[in-house]
Amino acid sequence: MQQVFHRPVSLKDVQTHFCPGCHHGTIHRLVAEAMDHFELQQRTIGVASVGCSVFLYAYFDVDVVEAPHGRASAVATGVKRARPDSFVFTYQGDGDLAAIGTAEIIHAANRGEDITVVFVNNTTYGMTGGQMAPTTLVGQKTSTSPYGRQREKDGAPIRMAELLAQLEGVAYSCRVAVDSPKNLMVAERQIKTAFRYQVEGKGFSFVEVLSSCPTNWGMDPIKANERVGAEMIPYFPLGVFKNVGNL
Amino acid sequence: MRHDVFIAGFGGQGVLLAGNLLSLAAIAEGKNVCFFPSYGVEKRGGAAMCTVVIADGEVGSPVIGNPTVVIVLNQLSLEKYGSRVKPGGTLVINSSLIDSSAFARTDISTYRIPMNEIAMELGDARMVNMVATGAYVQLTGAVSDESLAEALKKALPERNHRFIPANMKAVAAGAQQIVAQAG
Amino acid sequence: MGNEECRKTGEFCLDPRTVYLAPDFVEACVQNNRLFVKGNEAVAMAALEAGCRYYFGYPITPQSDIPEFLSRELPKLDGEFIQAESEVASINMLLGASATGVRAMTSSSSPGISLKQEGISYMAGSELPGVIVNISRSGPGLGGIDASQADYFQSVKGGGHGGYRIVVLAPASVQEMYDLTMLAFDLADLYRMPAMVLADSVIGQMKEAVVPHPRPAVDLPAKEWAVQGKGGGEQRIVKSLYLGDGELEAHNWKLYAKYEQLRGKEVRWEEFLADDADLVVTAFGSVSRIAKTAIMQAREEGLKVGLLRPITLFPFPAQAYARITGRCKKVLDIELNTGQMIEDVRLSVTKDTEVFFYGRPPGAGSLPTPEELLEQIRKHY
Ligand SMILES: Cc1ncc(C[n+]2csc(CCOP(=O)(O)OP(=O)(O)O)c2C)c(N)n1
Ligand code: SF4
Ligand SMILES: [Mg+2]
Repeated sequence: MQQVFHRPVSLKDVQTHFCPGCHHGTIHRLVAEAMDHFELQQRTIGVASVGCSVFLYAYFDVDVVEAPHGRASAVATGVKRARPDSFVFTYQGDGDLAAIGTAEIIHAANRGEDITVVFVNNTTYGMTGGQMAPTTLVGQKTSTSPYGRQREKDGAPIRMAELLAQLEGVAYSCRVAVDSPKNLMVAERQIKTAFRYQVEGKGFSFVEVLSSCPTNWGMDPIKANERVGAEMIPYFPLGVFKNVGNL
Repeated sequence: MRHDVFIAGFGGQGVLLAGNLLSLAAIAEGKNVCFFPSYGVEKRGGAAMCTVVIADGEVGSPVIGNPTVVIVLNQLSLEKYGSRVKPGGTLVINSSLIDSSAFARTDISTYRIPMNEIAMELGDARMVNMVATGAYVQLTGAVSDESLAEALKKALPERNHRFIPANMKAVAAGAQQIVAQAG
Repeated sequence: MGNEECRKTGEFCLDPRTVYLAPDFVEACVQNNRLFVKGNEAVAMAALEAGCRYYFGYPITPQSDIPEFLSRELPKLDGEFIQAESEVASINMLLGASATGVRAMTSSSSPGISLKQEGISYMAGSELPGVIVNISRSGPGLGGIDASQADYFQSVKGGGHGGYRIVVLAPASVQEMYDLTMLAFDLADLYRMPAMVLADSVIGQMKEAVVPHPRPAVDLPAKEWAVQGKGGGEQRIVKSLYLGDGELEAHNWKLYAKYEQLRGKEVRWEEFLADDADLVVTAFGSVSRIAKTAIMQAREEGLKVGLLRPITLFPFPAQAYARITGRCKKVLDIELNTGQMIEDVRLSVTKDTEVFFYGRPPGAGSLPTPEELLEQIRKHY
């Protein structure tokens, strides 16, 4: 009998520190599967951001550089330019990429850096204890928006996948979710497509993954998983916003 | 007069509440207090721990290496802090959850109190921290029972004031254990 | 706008019963007017009482209690709370608000304070007041979140470019978190320069009793430099660019004169059992607290040990060291780093004084205990 479910070789056989019901673990797995699919483990350089995914190096069995908060795509630019033969990806949270790192992501994308960005949107700052993020939904209560996010003062949540799709340097931009078997399958496929762009040297690729944070949302894992479909997807639609090469 | 104590257990055992109550009671008596909780990385894995220092004069250090009294509510805390009790000091063990048969220090006094059973008998397992607090107050006289009752009033929202008598019973039961074991 | 309201002195703007309470202590202790709060909360309370109605920040451990408190309370006082997209943005929001003459504040922890250095340099150059709170953590780089004093150099020697100084206050208790935050606003306004409150997670996370007090009546100069729109008057400019011959040099001498004035008038320190001491321990902030207990223990052993604790790190209380080491010839400097303040201590003591050092580089498990410091005291006594 053929074994169909096995740990990707790019992932280490260790227990993660993520909270129960957190989607970070699932997303790690999908990224590692894409890596295995293209046999990239030996030439991959990952760039870790600062957030709950800061321990990227503890789970991925690939070389990793830890970037300062928000600067992962700039660090990745340096890595890729110096080692063009390597496969370079960043893994960044929404606080990291869409707040403090907005300048870096926009300009890396606009230059069309040949890198892949995995962007994990959980509508909050997970690691620091659930503060408001640029992606926090209007009305959502967080520890720094105790009365709920207000459109007038805090602005509306940023849709990064659509925003980056506007830039000429971007080859591929999509948004996926991992809250249901169906969405998971699409996510698996689209993360692979994003990887294919870099593998074929066809430019900057970006995957936004909607993710849960049961701990800071104050929900149990099941409720948190439900929230992704009930509240996030209506505002952050899933789909491919750019696919220049029709890969 | 100076008192210092570690209270340690896991999240949900009311460790921080016990520390806060002692502090509030001491403040009500006009004493100086420093309450220092463990935070951040230390807090992960569900551990909860705090240091309370009570003094008439300068409180001094919020950080204590070898406290006079250590109260441990779970096994891990005994393993972590049992060795830290100052020689001549006192260790209070929640024997409901802790197997201390291997713990063999003879240079300190050790009290074993089945806190969970006592709390349960009084109607609510969550009062483990109050049993511990009662034992501590009996041991040290750091604050009075009256101040403790006052502090409870302040710490609990009005709607929960009906729980105060039960909590004070738990305090008394903790104190009782010390009296019995010392006698 | 709450602005006029917040210029008042001698009056509380906040009802302690409704405001000062952590959620789990709804009816907390207004006992003897002593509130039992965290150091970080005391900073936020004092800022509000000092009339600060503008806060700009970015989340970072272990200071998030400050923005969390202010995001809850500032809207009630008609103030503005902005969670900026970064520390770079938040310091520049502070620059902008301060330039209009209002009291404003930002807070962060070490990595975030590094990002603020550009803005602090511009504020110093533009002679803008403004309060910056650093609940510092261990480094370098991402380091860790443990208590640290490794930002002494960065804070005291001018962390950004251009050779400026800012006021740096180092609280050692929750009460001082309150008092020195309030003082920081006054010194910033008096000297037209940024002022920093430098603490760490020990002082920020611990809870002690605080006696709150309303803003003291201090004679503050009118902010005639503040931009508010000409309104028919003279044009006002807030800037740090000086290109004319000799202009920038003159500007720097003007700034220098303020630093000298601070050194003369604003130094603050605490002496504890120092009068008859044969060994004087010196430490600031959290470590001074740990040292105090060690000193009390040493006294019980009959060792004559005292403490000299700088409260202002800039201006540094050099005169206190000079005076004490006129008599006592042994100083033990203790820091939560590998040796930074010791450079200022060495410059301040009398020539024949021996200066010893004990330091722990910050990180998980590296907070010294009083027992450990007592060992050091015995060793150098
Ligand atoms: C310059 C700087 N500012 C702030 C921080 C504190 N910090 C650590 S992680 C983080 C954000 C985490 O949120 P996100 O990127 O959304 O990742 P998540 O934890 O939600 O996966 C912040 C603000 C830091 N490390 N450095
Ligand atoms: S805090 Fe949130 S994002 Fe971080 S590991 Fe826990 S659930 Fe995941
Ligand atoms: Mg996030």
